[in-house]
Formats: sequence, C-alpha cells, structure tokens
Amino acid sequence: MKKWIPILILAGILLSGSMPTSGRAASWAGVDETVIEKFAEKAGRPAWKPFIDTEQGDLLLFLFLLAGAVGGFAAGYLFRVLFPPRKKNNEGC
Amino acid sequence: MLSPRFLDGGGTIRNRVIVPVFLAGALCAFPAPAFAMHISEGILPLSWAVLWYAVALPFVAWGLRDLRRRSEETPWFKPLVGLVGAAVFLISCMPIPVPSAGTCSHPSGTGIAAILIGPGLTAVVASIALTLQALFLAHGGITTLGANIVSMGVAGAWVGWGVFTAARRLGLPWFAAAFLAGMFSDWATYAMTSLELAAALHGDGSFTTMFSLILLAFVPTQLPLGILEGFLCAGVLKFIRSRRPELLRTVPAGGAA
Repeated sequence: MKKWIPILILAGILLSGSMPTSGRAASWAGVDETVIEKFAEKAGRPAWKPFIDTEQGDLLLFLFLLAGAVGGFAAGYLFRVLFPPRKKNNEGC
Repeated sequence: MLSPRFLDGGGTIRNRVIVPVFLAGALCAFPAPAFAMHISEGILPLSWAVLWYAVALPFVAWGLRDLRRRSEETPWFKPLVGLVGAAVFLISCMPIPVPSAGTCSHPSGTGIAAILIGPGLTAVVASIALTLQALFLAHGGITTLGANIVSMGVAGAWVGWGVFTAARRLGLPWFAAAFLAGMFSDWATYAMTSLELAAALHGDGSFTTMFSLILLAFVPTQLPLGILEGFLCAGVLKFIRSRRPELLRTVPAGGAA
C-alpha cells in the first residue's frame, strides 16, 4: 500500500475542488479561456461562437451528460468484452 | 460483502481495487463541461487551419490502414480500439480543477492510447473524439480541428509512444516507462498547442517569445496534471498486465513479458 500513498495524496490535492491554495481566488476557468483565448484576443483573433451553438441554457450540460452516458456505456461494454469476469474456482461443482 | 478474492491475507482491500475506484470516483465528481487545451473555433487564420488539416490527414489515414491490418491479425483488436477510443473521449472531456493554479484542465489520454493501440490509431480515435466535441460540446472547433488533432492525436501520441519505447529499451520497468510516457505525452500536447498558437498569432512580434509566454502560462495547470496523467497511464498498464497480459502482445519493446 505504501507505494500508492503518493498517488493518493497527489490525486487528493489535484481533485480537491474547493481548495484554492494560491493567493488569488480560484475561478476554475479552463485553460482555453485563461491561456488560449487570452492570447488569441490580444492578437486580435477572438474565438467565434461554435457552428452548432449548444451553449444555451442547460443544453450544453445535457449534451455533456449524454456524451458521458454513451461514452461510459461503450467503455463499460467493451471493457467487459475484453476483461470478462473471472470464474469462481467452485463454479459448476 | 466482498468476495474473498478481493481480500488479502490481512483483510484489507487490495490496492488495485482502492486506487482505481478512488481515482474514478474523484474524477467523476466534476460533471461541469470541460474547456481546456482545445483551440476554440475561429482562433486560427484560414491558412494555418488548412495547414494543420494537411499535417493531420496523413497520420489519420495511416492509422485507418493500421486498423484494417491489425484487426485481421488479432480478433480482439477492434474492441480494444473501441475501448481506448471511448476512454480518450471521456478523459479529454473531463475537467480537473488544479488548486495550485485555480483553473481547470484535462488529461488527454493519448499516452496510454499510443502504448496500447499505437500512435497511428491514436490519431484516429483522437480525431473522432475531437470532432464530436467540436460539433456538439462547444469544445474546440471545426476550423481548428486539424490543429487540435495534431497536438493531441499526433504530438501527444508519438511522444508518449516514443518515450515508452525508449524507456523500455533503456531497461526501465514497465511502471516507470508508462508513467514517463503519460506525463510527457500530456506535456507534449500542450507544447504543441503553444507552438500552433504562437506560429499563427505572433504577427510582427517574436515567435519564440510568444511561444515561451504561452507555454509558461500552461505550466501551473499542466505541470501537476501531466504528473497525474503519468500515474493514470501507469495504473492502467499495471491493471492490464495483471488481468489480461496478452492484450499487451503488440505493445512495443517487450510485449507482455
């Protein structure tokens, strides 16, 4: 278990969402906003609206949920194909 | 009640159960839409957008040819590609808050994908994931799709695959090689994104200065996330080695041994 302790600590720090450790308040904006779009706007190339504008109300949230469910189902189904459950030793006795 | 095979001699749950469950649970606790390394719609001028499409296309075509060839040789290869594709899609949608930076970003998953299915096919699965994200999830863009494929599906995949192969040839253990592959593939993805942006947007200014500035701006978020991706990559490989090592027969530098 010792070797997993650093992993758990690191993951815990990274994933503890409400713990801003830096001096400034955490905004939790994505790096596309804080880095990519910031530099693009400075260079006079602001981002366009997406061709299919799903950023309306809760539509994007719904689509993310749908994508997660479909992707999760596909991953789970194929995982079971590739890693079938192990048979118990006493099965069939 | 847990089955006895999940319990070791001391009665504690095995590490291989705790760690994936902990990571999966923690990662799934953040359902908000992800916005991260993908270059948003319209940011790149047309000439650069076309150039990156042209760069990405041969890699995707090569990956598709690779899929046909390897599927004929190995019956379980298509399900493996499907599983890896679904994982890359989910991982690259997943925002992870980084408290040290106060921002969110996501791993790319292309390091482990490149180890398992090869860098060519990783370009294919990344292009499918990125297209779906650009069309329906306001994540990336159609005009910037080529650039995003090159950064995530080409640079990330080839660096991950190259680092893993080199590390194994140098005699590093599987876990360390996979860790390095995952970490460097993540960092390479963001370095490539910085290069694409700097090349297109530096204008009359210095390319090197703009590249360095963008790269430095990514560091507070991606430095820890790259390390996390390294552990993710190593953990997945460790799991596969313990559960079904024959899936690693086609992995470079050592197979399942």
